[in-house]
Amino acid sequence: MTGLSLNKRAAILSFILLIAGLLIWEAAIPAQKAVGELTEYEILTGAGVPKAGVPPPSEVLVKAWEQLSNPFYDAGPNDKGIGIQIGYSIYRVLTGYALAAFVAIPLGFLIGMSPVAYKALNPFIQVLRPISPLAWMPLALFIIQDSEASAIFVIFICSIWPMLINTAFGVAGVRADWVNVARTHELNPLKTAFTVILPAAAPTIVTGMRISIGIAWLVIVAAEMLVGGTGIGYYVWNEWNNLDLTSVIFSILMIGVVGMLLDALFGLLQRRVAYVE
Amino acid sequence: MKPYLSIENLTQRFPDGKGGELTVFENATFGVEKGEFVVILGHSGCGKSTIMNILAGLAEPTSGAVVMDGQEVKGPSLDRGVVFQNYSLLPWLSTLKNVTFGVAARHPEWTKAEVIAHSTKYLAMVGLEGDVIHRKPSQLSGGMRQRVSIARAFANHPKLLLLDEPFGALDALTRGTIQDELLKIWGGTEQTVFMITHDIDEAILLADRILLMTNGPFARVAESVEITIPRPRSRTEIIEHPNYYAIRNHLVQFLGKRSKELSGQPMDSGATNRPAPIRIDKTEPTPDPEDLRPGLRAVVNS
Repeated sequence: MTGLSLNKRAAILSFILLIAGLLIWEAAIPAQKAVGELTEYEILTGAGVPKAGVPPPSEVLVKAWEQLSNPFYDAGPNDKGIGIQIGYSIYRVLTGYALAAFVAIPLGFLIGMSPVAYKALNPFIQVLRPISPLAWMPLALFIIQDSEASAIFVIFICSIWPMLINTAFGVAGVRADWVNVARTHELNPLKTAFTVILPAAAPTIVTGMRISIGIAWLVIVAAEMLVGGTGIGYYVWNEWNNLDLTSVIFSILMIGVVGMLLDALFGLLQRRVAYVE
Repeated sequence: MKPYLSIENLTQRFPDGKGGELTVFENATFGVEKGEFVVILGHSGCGKSTIMNILAGLAEPTSGAVVMDGQEVKGPSLDRGVVFQNYSLLPWLSTLKNVTFGVAARHPEWTKAEVIAHSTKYLAMVGLEGDVIHRKPSQLSGGMRQRVSIARAFANHPKLLLLDEPFGALDALTRGTIQDELLKIWGGTEQTVFMITHDIDEAILLADRILLMTNGPFARVAESVEITIPRPRSRTEIIEHPNYYAIRNHLVQFLGKRSKELSGQPMDSGATNRPAPIRIDKTEPTPDPEDLRPGLRAVVNS
């Protein structure tokens, strides 16, 4: 084993853990009795009808194969492919998130640059930040009158705070020396903001963006369960109503995978803007 | 006739936190001629860095004025380049980009190729060539970083170059090499330099004139010592020069003893605080070559 690199050993261990977990899960599911083994009484009382239970991983894998081999089919409002459902969710997350970034980053700059703005806006931020984004839902539905836009609003409101706070914190923490370099080179305020303050604060800002996208992805599932219609959150809830636990488990896994990919994307961005002092 | 850079009745007071005021220095008045290399020596807390920041335009004096080339200094400007003690390179830019950043700000009309050519030339002058210039500052040693900072400042041809303890954070050997490099690059220009240091030998090696500050509060620029050692100088040769130890002893005496004795005395209101010019030259025939001190006093009192 010592000949293998750390990564290879970790990969082998991961694989063993996965197989072991799946085997335990498979073995833990009680097998359904075949109809022929039942007594007449049992058949009469309906025991012959397959009981809903937690499906074994083998069934989930079959389901996953079936769904992923045709992810974009559309057979009416309650039967759309997993790709379409995830597409809707990503569209909502990215729209709300982009709007939030559009507001939070400039506003964060302002707050970070001006101690007065920081002190003036801080109480509002502190009160608004801990509100669960779903608590806004009734108000959003009433005011916006559109479930699609309300879901986007909920994403907007939940992703704005980490970006706002991190931008303000990053901008306020830019070293005075670097700002002095900009001043002694007679850079105008706009140029200073873009060539010195933005790159200096970028790692902190991107960290805020990464936290925000994580929260937005958590919240979209809950929001879609409420507003319904489309999206991965709606899909989970719909399959629960259908008592199709195989699909529920499959979609839970898909939520995890997409969340991981979104996070990895920002991890990549984070590495790009990082610098060593 | 006013000097090229004229510091006039500069006073800096800060609130002392107990409702009163702390006077760092008062009515400081001195001048720097064009092309001159002036070093200011003094203990920590005497307000050297405050003077530096005022000259750079990064701080405002309580009263008084700085006039350079007939114009009052108001705010920072490309005409006054600064080399900070902690290098102040932008860590997300490569070495070359740190210099082109400054050159592009100085010459917005230049093409990208011109900016790069000019920057590369100045980096080569401080011994940074080849792959090194594409590295990030974090991949360079402290000495190399300060070289980049010096190249950035010289490349912009400022009217006045301000060096704020540029070698303070470097080890003694590196410091020596970069001092030589600074002398070399400075020798080829008519650059006016104003530098802060704690290091007496560094001051003698580099300066045309050394300004000596007393301890604060109420610090004064008490003396202006001319360095009567001909250029070009090298660190191994100047110590052989007859004036070297005479000047050095004078500086050590001042910093060790007299900077304390002269400190903490408020001036008469409105009095201008000008440094006394001191010239120590053992190569000139003096009436009493056996004893330096009386001869020195005669100059001080004149």
